[in-house]
Amino acid sequence: MHDWCEIVDYSLRAAPAVEFVHDPLAGGVAIFLGTTRGETSADGKTLVALDYEAYGDLATKQMHDLAARARQRWPMIVKLAILHRTGRVPPGEPSVCIAVSTPHRGEAFDACKWIIDTLKVEVAVWKKEVWADGTGTWVHPMG
Amino acid sequence: MTISIRLFAMLRETVGVGELPLELPEGATVARAVESLVAKHPAVGALVKRSALTVNLSRVSADTPLNEGDELALLPPVSGG
Repeated sequence: MHDWCEIVDYSLRAAPAVEFVHDPLAGGVAIFLGTTRGETSADGKTLVALDYEAYGDLATKQMHDLAARARQRWPMIVKLAILHRTGRVPPGEPSVCIAVSTPHRGEAFDACKWIIDTLKVEVAVWKKEVWADGTGTWVHPMG
Repeated sequence: MTISIRLFAMLRETVGVGELPLELPEGATVARAVESLVAKHPAVGALVKRSALTVNLSRVSADTPLNEGDELALLPPVSGG
């Protein structure tokens, strides 16, 4: 399988993922970059970063499983990459990068959206909002 | 037997470490290990109830028996992306 699934601890860039999924058989490449959004909390605090933590071995296994399930749903997928960063990610910088190549653009968009939506609810990664006053808030959705 | 417990995010911060060994009688279940952790660190009780469980990277239920050297992980609701 032409899948690149990895938890990384360095700054993510889209270019290597795009290069990885680029293929003469593909007519389209869809890419999603999830980036830290600058925010102000309800009580007026400014967000300085998101701190990401992963259960690396499990998250990598889960991302490979996601890739396999995406290929079952869209067998025409040529190549795909699922990368997630850990550590401190300031506003504007990417924390996650999904890239998918397919013969036609529709499936690339669909698969890319399904992968990021599923990753967010399944893969063993957590984030903490870090505020300018030094406090932090773990994001634990009420599942 | 000795198993290893892995903790993440708020659970890790509340307990103060991300990994700790736990001594259990032979044949103890995941539920027994979790009870033992909560007894030592009562503050994690509420979040533990909402956490998923894995042993050696596979999802398990609370009644799963543990073996020497197993890695039990408690996963609070995830928030990646």
